[in-house]
Amino acid sequence: MVATEIDKVDEIVERYTGEEGVLIQVLLDVQREYNWLPKEAIARISERMGIPITQVYRVASFYKAMSLTPVGRHVVSVCLGTACHVRGAPKVLDKVEEVLGLGPGETSEDMKFTLDTVNCLGCCALGPVMVVDGEYYGKLPVSKVSEILDNYE
Amino acid sequence: MNSHERETMTRLKTPLDLVKLRDDIISARDPSKLCITICSGTGCRAYASEKVSAAFEEEIRKQGLESKVDVKRTGCHGFCEKGPLVVISPEELCYLQVTPKDVPEIISETIINDRVIDRLTYTDPTTGERIAHEYEIPFYKNQMRLVFGNNSKIDPKCIDDYIALGGYSALAKALFEMTPDQVLEEVKRADVRGRGGGGFPAGRKWEECRNAPGDIKYVIVNADEGDPGAYMDRSLLEGNPHSVLEGLIIGAYAIGSHQGFIYVRQEYPLAVENVGIAITQAQEYGLLGESILGSGFDFTIKVHRGAGAFVSGESSALMTAIEGKVGEPRPKHIHTVIKGVWDQPSNLNNVETWANVPLVINNGADWYRNIGTEGSKGTKIFSLVGKVNNTGLVEVPMGMTIRDILDNVGGGIPGGKKFKAVQTGGPSGGCIPESAIDTPVDFDELTKLGSMMGSGGMIVMDEDTCMVDVARYFLNFLCDESCGKCLPCREGVRRMREILTRISEGEGEEGDIELLEELGDVIAKTSLCALGGTAPNPVLTTIHYFRDEYEAHIREKRCAAYCCKALTSYYIDPQKCKACLICLRNCPAEAISGGKDQVHVIDQDKCTKCGTCFDVCPSRFGAVVRLSGVAVPAPIPVKQRSIRRK
Repeated sequence: MVATEIDKVDEIVERYTGEEGVLIQVLLDVQREYNWLPKEAIARISERMGIPITQVYRVASFYKAMSLTPVGRHVVSVCLGTACHVRGAPKVLDKVEEVLGLGPGETSEDMKFTLDTVNCLGCCALGPVMVVDGEYYGKLPVSKVSEILDNYE
Repeated sequence: MNSHERETMTRLKTPLDLVKLRDDIISARDPSKLCITICSGTGCRAYASEKVSAAFEEEIRKQGLESKVDVKRTGCHGFCEKGPLVVISPEELCYLQVTPKDVPEIISETIINDRVIDRLTYTDPTTGERIAHEYEIPFYKNQMRLVFGNNSKIDPKCIDDYIALGGYSALAKALFEMTPDQVLEEVKRADVRGRGGGGFPAGRKWEECRNAPGDIKYVIVNADEGDPGAYMDRSLLEGNPHSVLEGLIIGAYAIGSHQGFIYVRQEYPLAVENVGIAITQAQEYGLLGESILGSGFDFTIKVHRGAGAFVSGESSALMTAIEGKVGEPRPKHIHTVIKGVWDQPSNLNNVETWANVPLVINNGADWYRNIGTEGSKGTKIFSLVGKVNNTGLVEVPMGMTIRDILDNVGGGIPGGKKFKAVQTGGPSGGCIPESAIDTPVDFDELTKLGSMMGSGGMIVMDEDTCMVDVARYFLNFLCDESCGKCLPCREGVRRMREILTRISEGEGEEGDIELLEELGDVIAKTSLCALGGTAPNPVLTTIHYFRDEYEAHIREKRCAAYCCKALTSYYIDPQKCKACLICLRNCPAEAISGGKDQVHVIDQDKCTKCGTCFDVCPSRFGAVVRLSGVAVPAPIPVKQRSIRRK
């Protein structure tokens, strides 16, 4: 990481100066900034907050919203909530896996796609749902999957 | 005038100031002025409601109608199936599935010429009758929307909207007309039970926290809604955040707490945003902070974003997460009301529970007790999802039967399919079969059936849903979400999943069902927290009510719902195949051979059982059939595959 990026981490840590119990909030903000938690950022957080690095890693590896590996340019999330499940989400996921050649949690070598599954997006009326970079594709037929994913460069 | 347009907000110093402010807001508004309300809850947003809102603003500007009509973005109205929803008040004309293309017509026809556009109104599926008004649509008409109803009237980013509807009057009443003990007594007498899971009486919890030794006490809103298929807390917090804040402040006053937390999933960005805005606005009005409304009572609220761990919704785990640590549960020999956040007495209730509090204070415990059943008072918001026509959020009085919820509000099962079960209580709950469909829904009745209320998810399943698969689905979820701290949950749930996976893959053996029951019993009795304690429920209830399905999987290798891939095959009936090439072209595995005038045949070795051929085969042919528990007939000899067309 270059120096300016480390400054960003410092800036985030400073937002919470004087507050207790904010490690999770700091990590979430850093995650949002970089889309993942680079090693250097974790070391910096540990140093600046005076929390042992093992503890920072413990938190960072426990929560789903935090990633210790970089993610692709496009994040594809397939909802596997109960409502989506009974409306055929597993078949949608099979198709997405086939099209992208990735399993859940994996990122393509060219860093184009990361495939993720989520346990409920709270828009159950639209099930089955796939979200690509925040764009929702609801009531998604398996036959449409490949056409949609082809649109992402 | 909207509060966010106002430059400075005056701090309210007395309860009278609040009354005056409300009068000012109301008198500044013209009740006859048209208002186009666009549902901007997460569901409608996913249907691109923001584009609809922008189109309305643009069209109104173009036509110079700004003085005649307002545009308002509100939280979730509940009828998510038909989104984006548009309601035009004061008449409450309701348009469904509105697209930006419809907007110019709505402006010219409805707004300018006062004509209803039939095409966009609700059609009754049985009578074919068009219904124009929101309150006449059966989905809404058969509900009792006490907690959720204001969602469609409020811009959640505008505190004045909430105050105009009487918001914060319960807080003023509690602070100035009641002692903390009286508030506590009222909530206890109303018998408000926790809407987040177990249904523990909120008043008793408050009392224990209030009586716990210690000067510093915390009150917490649990908005870590993790049950898949439930999203009422999200919609309430997004759509009417002040109702939750008001309940929390009243609770804090009764308990003697000066610091509150709202623990909300970061996966709910709109809820995080709206609740943040609501807190700022309430502070500016002096409804939060020092000496609220001049009462001398101080209270502040912090928002804590959860980082995605289902187990962190458990009370002791959630409190550990607020401290910035890994959100794992701890043994609760000492309850969190005695030692919670930073070892101080802490009272946790979920979003919907807090939102019930202002209602109780404003209307009194007697009024509240009149709604609901003997053991469960008030209303409950359910997310009615899955195989049901009107998916969405519904609020009904406790005690309405499952049948009434499904048919009168939910509009029945789509596609003329047969109802099989309804799953309630999320991963801790169970599946309720058709034989229990007339059960009145309340905390105790659902528990008696082996399920539970949970947070109010209601997932409807029809004949195409396999109960073994559903049980396996929940165990997959729970294996993922188990924190691993205690052995019964970490290892036991995993072993149960292995057995279920074997069964669904056709490898089930005699004795598996009994083994599942035994394991389930041990896990339930010995797990550290409620996640493990209830984890076997989805398996045990499905075994209890649908044992025959398990047996068919094990003995006949048959899945009646054609859901379990390993037990299902697809076959093209040569008598019915018209050689139309549709399935052949759509098969992603290129497993179908044939051609023009050649009957199509599936190569069973290549088939991935994705079901595409079954879905695309025109229903007038119905040539693709699903088979389970029987051998696939041998393909017809190549020589006999030609079709002679007339």
